[in-house]
Amino acid sequence: MKQSFVTESGNVKKGETVDKRDAKLAMAHIYVAMTALLLGGLAGLLQVMVRSGQFELPWGISYYQVLTVHGILLGLILTTFFIFGFQISAVSRTAGTLSDKQRRSGWVGFGVMTLGTAMAATMVLLNEASVLYTFYAPLMAHWVFYLGLAFVVVGSWIGGFAQIARYIQWKRENGKQPGPLLSFMVVVNNLMWVICSLGVAIAVLFQFLPWSLGLVDRIDVLMSRTLFWYFGHPLVYFWLLPAYMIWYTIIPKIIGGKIFSDALARLSFLLFLLFSIPVGFHHQLTEPGIDAFWKFLQVVLTFMVVIPSLMTAFAMFATFESVGRAKGATGLFDFFKKLPWGDVRFLVPFIGMVAFIPAGAGGLINASNQMNQVIHNTIWVTGHFHLTVATTVVLTFFGAMYWLVPHLTGRVLTPQLNRLGIIQGIVWTVGMSIMSGAMHAVGLLGAPRRSNFSTYGGSEQAVEWIPYQIAQAVGGTILFIGIALVLYIFIQLAFFAPKGQQEYPIGEVEENAQTTPMFLENWKMWVTICVALILLAYTVPFIDMFQNGPPGSIGYKLW
Amino acid sequence: MHIHKYEKWWLTFGITCLVVFLTVLGISAFHAGAHPPSAQVYINQEHVDEIAPFDNPGVHKVEGKEWDYEVVVVASAFMFSPMEYEVPLGSKVKFIATTKDVVHGFQIAGTNINMMLEPGYVSEFVTIVDKPGEYLVLCNEYCGVGHTAMASKLKVVDSNAES
Ligand SMILES: [Cu+2]
Repeated sequence: MKQSFVTESGNVKKGETVDKRDAKLAMAHIYVAMTALLLGGLAGLLQVMVRSGQFELPWGISYYQVLTVHGILLGLILTTFFIFGFQISAVSRTAGTLSDKQRRSGWVGFGVMTLGTAMAATMVLLNEASVLYTFYAPLMAHWVFYLGLAFVVVGSWIGGFAQIARYIQWKRENGKQPGPLLSFMVVVNNLMWVICSLGVAIAVLFQFLPWSLGLVDRIDVLMSRTLFWYFGHPLVYFWLLPAYMIWYTIIPKIIGGKIFSDALARLSFLLFLLFSIPVGFHHQLTEPGIDAFWKFLQVVLTFMVVIPSLMTAFAMFATFESVGRAKGATGLFDFFKKLPWGDVRFLVPFIGMVAFIPAGAGGLINASNQMNQVIHNTIWVTGHFHLTVATTVVLTFFGAMYWLVPHLTGRVLTPQLNRLGIIQGIVWTVGMSIMSGAMHAVGLLGAPRRSNFSTYGGSEQAVEWIPYQIAQAVGGTILFIGIALVLYIFIQLAFFAPKGQQEYPIGEVEENAQTTPMFLENWKMWVTICVALILLAYTVPFIDMFQNGPPGSIGYKLW
Repeated sequence: MHIHKYEKWWLTFGITCLVVFLTVLGISAFHAGAHPPSAQVYINQEHVDEIAPFDNPGVHKVEGKEWDYEVVVVASAFMFSPMEYEVPLGSKVKFIATTKDVVHGFQIAGTNINMMLEPGYVSEFVTIVDKPGEYLVLCNEYCGVGHTAMASKLKVVDSNAES
């Protein structure tokens, strides 16, 4: 099969490159992301080893310390920094080079986020904050840890503002026409991020910080958890939407096709904005203090995201099919054979898409009002988000990295690195299938997540779980090899690959597609609906917590 | 806005499935009463030991209620009280649990009895125990360094088999 990435990379048109100064800002984010991948991945490897029962941590390091490092670095830092790197490049490429002021705001945001990361990481390393990435009260970490997290969030607002500002500028300069699709998507994702991270910012600034500083004695546990999950579920969509951006706008170009429908792509993003926030209770289904009716309401709202997910699936397969047919495919599924399987920029994100089918099905189980009790806090949940975030999202990001990094550093993806990337994708798939598969299976048997190795005093049930835990260690070790490969490729692409111009592929919309209706960019309307849904889902339960809740809890440091 | 014919079919099919699915969930929740544990009962977590029923953890046979037995559990870092208890096979049991300190989990492995215990709140769940055996009861929410040592045992015994 002809590999298009080599021939195309030579003739990148003027105006289709990211400005050098913006590229530098984007790359700064990606460097932090890759460092997080290395350290967080190492922590993950240690965890699966410990949990297999065959290995103990040296030098008095605790399992939960390692677990905290893994969760924060991979769940929060890798994702957020990579997303910002990609989004900055996407806005710069589609809406135009950032103004000096916007770029400065981007750098300030980067600085604040990095400082916050360093603060939180230091406290975790000093074993002052082994509270896991959910930092559930009343376990009390050092106040510097919470302040660091607040900095990460506030920094992301400053950096996100730069991206939105460039889009607003484009709209001002171009009058009454819809903004570039990819920039529009970036704006939706940032809006969602700002609205949802308000919850965690309130919890950290008004609950955790005063409490850990000793200014107040008590913390309202249920309220802090509710604010956390108000943020925690949209957080996963904040990871997912950039992957969708790549699927909707980049993949069509890579496979030589067109974007199926600009308007439907926008509509599905807006639906994600509406239905990803007022749904945090489906993480709290087994908790006391929240009325069953309100839980059910949020379960219903949770399931609404099925609609944009189906729209996305349709758009992807419609694009695949029309590309295949244009290349002469006949029959029902022949078009699959015409896709560029040898191109890492397509293959790796495609594996991510496939992983999303079982991942999404697992998600439906998690969010189901009653079924949740079977898997709540079992390692099934860990298996689930290793399919969604650590496969669907991360593989799509890796797939993007193979063209994004060389584009930003003025190098090219060589056929050798392409081949190595494909091997990496396969290694990842094998490792994850074993690890996540074992987690799902043993989770159904009742094995808990977030636990150190234990046979629970020789309990018959717990002994049955151990073979699965050994399988997890095998899968996890293979995944670590995958991480090492990715980092090797990244370093090659950033510093050593031959100089040249790698294409930043952005698909065009199908010629005979209808014009995009302007109501899709009526931000006032969409934000109003979003806020209304949030108020509907949260007001009464919150009043309940205020009026009837217990007095609150003092802090504990039990590690 | 133009929507492709096939996409309309696809979305109609998907949304219909969604509606059916949510209706099933809704009926089992509001008609059959299969709600997840959602008790709105409050307690002062610093005086758990002095407040009934937590002043007397264990299995209690009750009369005149919708259930036959109450299992009262107190969790604290890093243990459950009681450590071991048994209930007769086929009985309807109400699990009533709370915590004295941080957040713990209360999960009976291999069943759908699974709830969070939070300071200041009482968690309750009613179920019929219909499979005999010895079950591991464990804490499934990280509560500190002794988290994985935190467990107890439930025996579901068939009294007819013994006699
Ligand atoms: Cu516990």
